[in-house]
Amino acid sequence: MNRFTVSEMRGRDTEDKKVYVIPCSGIGKPTASVGRDAAYRVIEEKRPKIADTICLALLTLGDKEALEKVRTADVITIDGCAKDCAKKNVEAAGRPPVSSHRVPGYLKDNKDCKPESVLDIGEGGEKLVEIIADDVAREIDRFSGGAGAGCDCKGGCC
Amino acid sequence: MELQAKPAKVGVLSCSGESEPEGTITRNAVRLVMEKYYPGVAVSLCLPLYLAGDGGEREFSKKYPVITVDGCEKACAKLSTEKYSGEVEYSIDIRRLLAEWGIKNKLSRSRPGELEWEITERVAGEIVSIIDKLVSEGKIEVQDTPGQ
Ligand code: SF4
Ligand code: SF4
Repeated sequence: MNRFTVSEMRGRDTEDKKVYVIPCSGIGKPTASVGRDAAYRVIEEKRPKIADTICLALLTLGDKEALEKVRTADVITIDGCAKDCAKKNVEAAGRPPVSSHRVPGYLKDNKDCKPESVLDIGEGGEKLVEIIADDVAREIDRFSGGAGAGCDCKGGCC
Repeated sequence: MELQAKPAKVGVLSCSGESEPEGTITRNAVRLVMEKYYPGVAVSLCLPLYLAGDGGEREFSKKYPVITVDGCEKACAKLSTEKYSGEVEYSIDIRRLLAEWGIKNKLSRSRPGELEWEITERVAGEIVSIIDKLVSEGKIEVQDTPGQ
């Protein structure tokens, strides 16, 4: 099981719904690079209308504006290892994430998707990014009632 | 006679800011220094461990001279190190460097291309110059530097 914390998304009007997808800032593990890329894939490609991210280091530092953002919006975290830095830094801000993910859990279920290195996750890593991003996007849809679905291309197709 | 052993390593900490292209540059530049230019000498730490770790991470700046590499003026790596661990020897602000270098192009945080990698290499060069300086000042004792 990759998801280990799921609670109801905080209900608000679709209009002002925002989901922050926050990966950990891991620098030593390829799985952290996968988590980072998965977050980008969700916020830039899969659910750009509703999803965004913030710098995790701002939470570590205790930046007031960043703390306020994660206290008032829904947050999904993606961590590169069991230290769960993204999850714990969000929790320390005063409100737990609505859902938390660990890249190694996905890797366990997808053994052929091993990322190569921190700077180049390779083909396997890319596949893992897609799997995680799809999962997070589906989760956002489930929580938001589909409010963020679509690619934001404004072509009328979605 | 000098009795206290000098550290053989230098701590290089990136903010790794996820929301800014400069944050991605800090992370990649620090990795380049660790892997290519000063392997075994430049060591790093996942910044959020200052808050999420078991406390041992807060010894970082007591063990090594620390260079922080921040994406912007918010200086998360520098200020977090000062808040949780201690003194920072040198700090770099990528946004300020980009202004100095006259680079105004829109950069990607998620898909670094040729320009982003060129900048990353330049930033890695800045970090290497600082490490060289720390070595020449006798603040770290480097036996050999295979990547140099
Ligand atoms: S969760 Fe693991 S990889 Fe990610 S920042 Fe923390 S220690 Fe580093
Ligand atoms: S220094 Fe700037 S780019 Fe880096 S984590 Fe902080 S806000 Fe983000």
